[in-house]
Amino acid sequence: MWAFVKKEFFHIFRDYRTMVILFGIPVVQVLLFGFAITNDIKDARIAILDYSKDEVTREITNKLVSSNYFLLVDNLESDKQVESEFRKGKIKQVVVFEQGFAKKLEKEGKANVQIILDASEPNTANMLNAYTSGIINSYSLQKIRESSGIPMSISIEPKMLFNPEQKSVYMFVPGVIALLLMLVSAMMTSISITREKELGTMEALLVSPLKPIQIIIGKVTPYVFLSFVNLVVILLLGFFVFDMPVNGSLILLLLESLLFIVMALGLGILISIISKTQQQAMMMSMFALMLPTILLSGFIFPIENMPVPLQWLSHLMPPRWFIIIIKNIMLKGVGIGYFWKETLILVFMTIFFIGMSVKKFKIRLE
Amino acid sequence: MSQRKNIIEVTNLVKKFGSFTANDKLNFTVPEGEIFGFLGANGAGKTTAIKILSGLSKPTSGKVIVAGYDVSKYPNKVKRNIGYMSQQFSLYNDLTVRENFRFYGGIYGLSNKAIKDKTNYYLNKLEMQEYGNKLLRSIPLGWKQKLAFSVANMHEPAVVFLDEPTGGVDPITRRQFWELIYESADLGTTVFVTTHYMDEAEYCERVSIMSEGKIVAIDSPAELKSKYGVDTMDDVFVSIAR
Repeated sequence: MWAFVKKEFFHIFRDYRTMVILFGIPVVQVLLFGFAITNDIKDARIAILDYSKDEVTREITNKLVSSNYFLLVDNLESDKQVESEFRKGKIKQVVVFEQGFAKKLEKEGKANVQIILDASEPNTANMLNAYTSGIINSYSLQKIRESSGIPMSISIEPKMLFNPEQKSVYMFVPGVIALLLMLVSAMMTSISITREKELGTMEALLVSPLKPIQIIIGKVTPYVFLSFVNLVVILLLGFFVFDMPVNGSLILLLLESLLFIVMALGLGILISIISKTQQQAMMMSMFALMLPTILLSGFIFPIENMPVPLQWLSHLMPPRWFIIIIKNIMLKGVGIGYFWKETLILVFMTIFFIGMSVKKFKIRLE
Repeated sequence: MSQRKNIIEVTNLVKKFGSFTANDKLNFTVPEGEIFGFLGANGAGKTTAIKILSGLSKPTSGKVIVAGYDVSKYPNKVKRNIGYMSQQFSLYNDLTVRENFRFYGGIYGLSNKAIKDKTNYYLNKLEMQEYGNKLLRSIPLGWKQKLAFSVANMHEPAVVFLDEPTGGVDPITRRQFWELIYESADLGTTVFVTTHYMDEAEYCERVSIMSEGKIVAIDSPAELKSKYGVDTMDDVFVSIAR
């Protein structure tokens, strides 16, 4: 057995492509998801078109700029400039103050601000709109309070639990963990087993006194180990680069991950038994594992917003449950009592995949 | 020849896949130390029979005894006592020659010392000492083949099964390879070989020829040639197996 595991390590370490996939991808993915694919607004480039240029408009402009969300790049003079500026793509938003803003506000108690947005990126536009409106609203509330002297105001103070700064990294790190463990465990094992089939070495192994279960364990042990190393790398990256905490028990997190790894390996073995060539195994892993993991697990798109049939389908996705579990541990810091159901589902899935593999393997031998 | 004990005994072996009969009542024996050629056109049922003999597949009915053990009852005891080499050699290209020996020695449960001794023995014999630490992929095909045969013999099996071992190799290397086969047969190993090269069939002590799941002839090459009144095994094969 030991000879087997050692040989498998040789295979992995001598094949630089495998090494790159194993250790390069996790790092790149975490950094990519963490830095590039962020939903947070920071330094969005805006312009101001101020027809009034009074104290109030200046004050509001200062508020906007000092919020850190916006970067004032231009002061426009007329509305003719607006469209051309947008076309150049230099700015995402223009805030327009109408003529005699302060006066109108004083006399009529009402003045208009227009926000013009570049909606070619709808999500960003929505967010910019919300942020700008929020800042202006809070300014006007403050004014009302000061001028009327009545301590009447309804102030909303949202408190964001578990992720007070609403960092999107907190959402991505668990997703990336699920994605990578799935990729490494399922795809790499299925490829390495089908490779032995292609090379004809599987035959020699089957003729040897090794039992099929020993062959399988020998093949997957290195991948369990490597997946674990990967997990630790991602957690360390998350912690040191993105301040991603592990609020709950680290041991529980590792154990749950181990369960997920074993589940993914079971799936990988099943794929390798069904497919005849490495390429087939790769395609199957890609389409059967990667895409659903990204799209249907709630990793990026909230499950609640999906059409009902897709929601049902997402129940079948192991990463869905795993992501719930790790979010619970990492962000909420709760114990197994809060996610034993999800854990149980993963256990059942593991048993199902391994059972199916053993059964199929036997049929193949007949 | 009748004094030698039988290492393979096959009685009424039948293997069916659904309604298709791949092996239809095979009966033959192979004595210890014999080089037995197992011939037949593609699809005649050779591979199925070898799978059953090597414990990979179970017979539908009939009795198969290899190295003293019933294959369907003790497949693992059988596996421990046989060696196997296929057309694809079953060696790992990304391991060195020594590592390949190590690995197969390991899975057959040889001790570290035994593996080392055997490896040195075979490398010396094949005059390949300086290639021990080279990756297998850098070694020519003919040498790989000899290595594969050595690896299959490393655990001193009672029988080695060679499934078209000489595919794609030049005639000189093939001849050298057959010298290896003779050497190990002289040491008492039974060699069970399938081949499509009829000149190789001449090297065997006895051959059987399969056609449509049945063994249609089994004898020494000389007897077969005289029986069918032809000069070469090629002609024997063509007159039987078509």
